[in-house]
Amino acid sequence: MDTIINGIVQAFWMLVHGDPQVLQIALLSLLVSGAATMLSLLIGIPLGTVLGLSHFPGRRFLVSLVNTGMGFPPVVVGLVVSIFLWRSGPLGMLHLMYTPWAMVIAQLIISLPVVTGFTLAATQQLDPKLRLQILALGASQVQLVWLLLKEARLPLLAAIMAGFGAVISEVGASMMVGGNIVGQTRVMTTAIVAENSKGDFAYAIALSVILMALVYLVNFILTMVQQRSKTR
Amino acid sequence: MKKIIFCLLSTIVLLALLVGCATTPTPAVTTTPETTPTQETTLTPTTPTVVPTPDNPEIIMASTTSTRDSGLMDVLIPIFQQKTGYKVKPIYVGSGAAMTMGKQGNADVLLVHSPTAELQFVADGYGVNRTLIMHNDFIIVGPPSDPVGINGMTRATDALQKIADAKFNFYSRGDNSGTDVLEKSLWKQIGIIVSATSTTNPNWYIQGGTGAGMLDLLRIASERGGYTITDRATYLANQGILDLKILVQGDPALLNIYHVIIVSPLIFGNVNFAGAKAFCDFMADPETQKIIGTYGVDKYGQPLFFPDAGKADWQVGQ
Repeated sequence: MDTIINGIVQAFWMLVHGDPQVLQIALLSLLVSGAATMLSLLIGIPLGTVLGLSHFPGRRFLVSLVNTGMGFPPVVVGLVVSIFLWRSGPLGMLHLMYTPWAMVIAQLIISLPVVTGFTLAATQQLDPKLRLQILALGASQVQLVWLLLKEARLPLLAAIMAGFGAVISEVGASMMVGGNIVGQTRVMTTAIVAENSKGDFAYAIALSVILMALVYLVNFILTMVQQRSKTR
Repeated sequence: MKKIIFCLLSTIVLLALLVGCATTPTPAVTTTPETTPTQETTLTPTTPTVVPTPDNPEIIMASTTSTRDSGLMDVLIPIFQQKTGYKVKPIYVGSGAAMTMGKQGNADVLLVHSPTAELQFVADGYGVNRTLIMHNDFIIVGPPSDPVGINGMTRATDALQKIADAKFNFYSRGDNSGTDVLEKSLWKQIGIIVSATSTTNPNWYIQGGTGAGMLDLLRIASERGGYTITDRATYLANQGILDLKILVQGDPALLNIYHVIIVSPLIFGNVNFAGAKAFCDFMADPETQKIIGTYGVDKYGQPLFFPDAGKADWQVGQ
């Protein structure tokens, strides 16, 4: 119990004093997971919209793949990305292994199905009559999609939160492709694992507290945006 | 609402760009590329120095977890980077896994402690320039109450025999690391055949750990009250959090010797040979050797490693 209290106290001290190492780790976590979430939004929202609004043969099969992807084990993603990025692998010449970029790639693969799946569900649950109505008012295809996405903005913000939440809390893949290198690829989750195995529980808990505060902060901002748009 | 999202997204993109900048090595002062990093030998870490800029500054060093868990590499790597301008990516796995990385060309240089496997690695042509760096020793640790009664025994195999006779819990790395290989060879000497993949291991012989190294296994043995073999450095550097006591030590069979091996550039054209050579030279450098020999004395009252560069293998521990 003392350890937890000490950890929380230590977390406050580290934040108040701006402990450079902690700040650097927290910043890298935010950057890597933020970039991965951004990229998965860029790919996942169009993909999910197409899957949610269109009808074509094989669509159900693709949807089942996306749904499976939402539960991808991060360690498997980490392993596959490692095999590709190792020097001996097909993408070895890019020298991405053990860099933050490798972590972004792995996290992108983890968050993409989540974002796609949420978008798919969000666009699919829209009233089909809405679509007819918009088209009847003479909207182009692009305008149609834009209006539908606007209508689905609440669940879409949930997609962002879910995608970000999946990757910021992920440890297996980041450990494998990043290597937990101090000052280069150490992020919050891998640092917590390392501190725990070193037996520095107070530091591990302090990092955990900061990680949770970070996740809360991001979700708080997104929730504010989401709920504000609801009242309009 | 759009404004807020736009602000958020643009910040993230901007920050993402920053990551890219942060990962490129930016030495303070540049020198001519002809200056090879190994020529800088007389610099001390405290003097402000001119950091050379190597053509290919990135080195992947695969090593065993004991060099990390003892804290030694956290001291040496920054000095090396400062002296030579190289940027080290240390990957800590077992010696077996480190050599596998070497065999696939996924590392430039190895710091390992599994002599038999190392000799095979070099004989197979995967490694060059195998250089003796340092040693310490393995010790058998166990619960302070020592339920089997091996405390003070001088032969490791006798102690293991006693643990086996008592069928008392023994924890093994089971990861083909240097420690694991040594431990299994000791069991073999007393006729007990155990293997990482076997399902016929005796039930008191537990292969555990999270694959994350010696310290994790020590933690498990400590929590569950069993015996295990560890390198002395990892134990000493972490004994504060372990409920384990040194019970058997001093057997010459427990010598733990570390070598640096450069992954052969003849097999893997993309190996950073210049960087690996610089690391190898740095580790054998008298100044580094002095740091190795004194590391831990202030904290633990005794050195964790004994420098051996320049000696022949057979002279180690004499």
